[in-house]
Amino acid sequence: MNKLISLEDAVNLVRDGDTVMIGGFLAVGTPERLIDALIKKGAKDLTLICNDTGFVDRGVGKMVVAKMFKKIYASHIGTNKETGRQMLEGETEVVLVPQGTLIEQIRAGGFGLGGVLTRTGLGTEVEKGKQIVEIDGEKFLLEKPMRANVALLFAEKADVKGNLSFHGATRNFNTYMGAAADISIVEAEQVVQVGEMCPDEVVVPGVFVKYIVDGGSL
Amino acid sequence: MDKQQTQEFIARRVAAELKDGDLVNLGIGLPTLVANYVPEGKEVLFQSENGFIGLGPAPLEDEIDPSIANAGGLPVTIVPGGSFFDSAMSFGIIRGGHVDTTVLGALQVAENGDIANYMIPGKMVPGMGGAMDLLSGAKKVIVAMEHTAKGNPKLLKTCTLPLTAVRAVDLIVTEMGVIEVTPNGFMLTEYNPEYTVEQIQAATGAELIISPNLKHMQ
Repeated sequence: MNKLISLEDAVNLVRDGDTVMIGGFLAVGTPERLIDALIKKGAKDLTLICNDTGFVDRGVGKMVVAKMFKKIYASHIGTNKETGRQMLEGETEVVLVPQGTLIEQIRAGGFGLGGVLTRTGLGTEVEKGKQIVEIDGEKFLLEKPMRANVALLFAEKADVKGNLSFHGATRNFNTYMGAAADISIVEAEQVVQVGEMCPDEVVVPGVFVKYIVDGGSL
Repeated sequence: MDKQQTQEFIARRVAAELKDGDLVNLGIGLPTLVANYVPEGKEVLFQSENGFIGLGPAPLEDEIDPSIANAGGLPVTIVPGGSFFDSAMSFGIIRGGHVDTTVLGALQVAENGDIANYMIPGKMVPGMGGAMDLLSGAKKVIVAMEHTAKGNPKLLKTCTLPLTAVRAVDLIVTEMGVIEVTPNGFMLTEYNPEYTVEQIQAATGAELIISPNLKHMQ
């Protein structure tokens, strides 16, 4: 099966009201072409799960400026003034999640786990409304799995089976979000044929990738 | 001392705390400067929570690789012997107790080690990023900050802002002195001779225990 699709077909898979996971860390390792195409197509009332909200002109921040989100889960919004404005004025609901907890919630969502137990956030506002579980006398917060309808991801290289490899610090959330979404779409800088990628260099196996957009050809 | 000299003075003193072979995570801002003052002969590796060990100095303009950025999104380099990984691995390293020391800034620190450094409700809500995980997972937590904010003490009996972590801080380094968090409260172990102990106490919102081995801060 050929997983390659056009940029337009890819963003048409995102529907109003969807929950979307988007890879990247302060616009490093973010699928910018998918984001630009999605803004052009338009979508509303989305829920975002992402490490941060990027910048007003870079990364997922451009979607914040286009007012595409009704709710945002992120660990950090401080680099995008528009996110803060929308939150303080009640236009967008923002849930701040510790970064290490967020990636584990996504991992749990994709890997069939019922949740994760962590000390992170104990005694802070993060613990509000959550179950505290005691294991051998030590307290942990129960953090539930997260899933999404669509994941928009970035990779340095993909083969047409969806095996992925990365460069530099672009792995961040891109490696696990595909597992936690019904439809995962990867924008790859470079797409190669089967056999042109050494199995040793594969960081994410193609099983987690449903569609590939050849970013380098655009 | 002007602001820059103050920050360099603090960073230099923090760097003296680092041990040969340590894995260290530096927060954004003042803590980032600590990397410039690692004493000669000590090998310290820096972890960047966006996904690598071996954070190196900023690159020359023509050697910038946009995929290699620090957790603040700024271009950096990776040193020989470094490694890239994803956020799950990165926070496994952090939460799992494999980071020896983390250096963070703070808005407030309480005498029991509570720390507030991620939001001022209604005013500034950048989010906790990786700070809650670092505070719960790193073996040693050093706060590097100016002693007061606009003349108001930041070292307090109890924090009034939302906490980032409970009883997490081990050591505080300011331009006025070095303060250990002990079971009995803040202990001044070193002081900057530009100030008297009385002045330092007056700038502190909790009682300082004066170490019997009180020394000049170098």
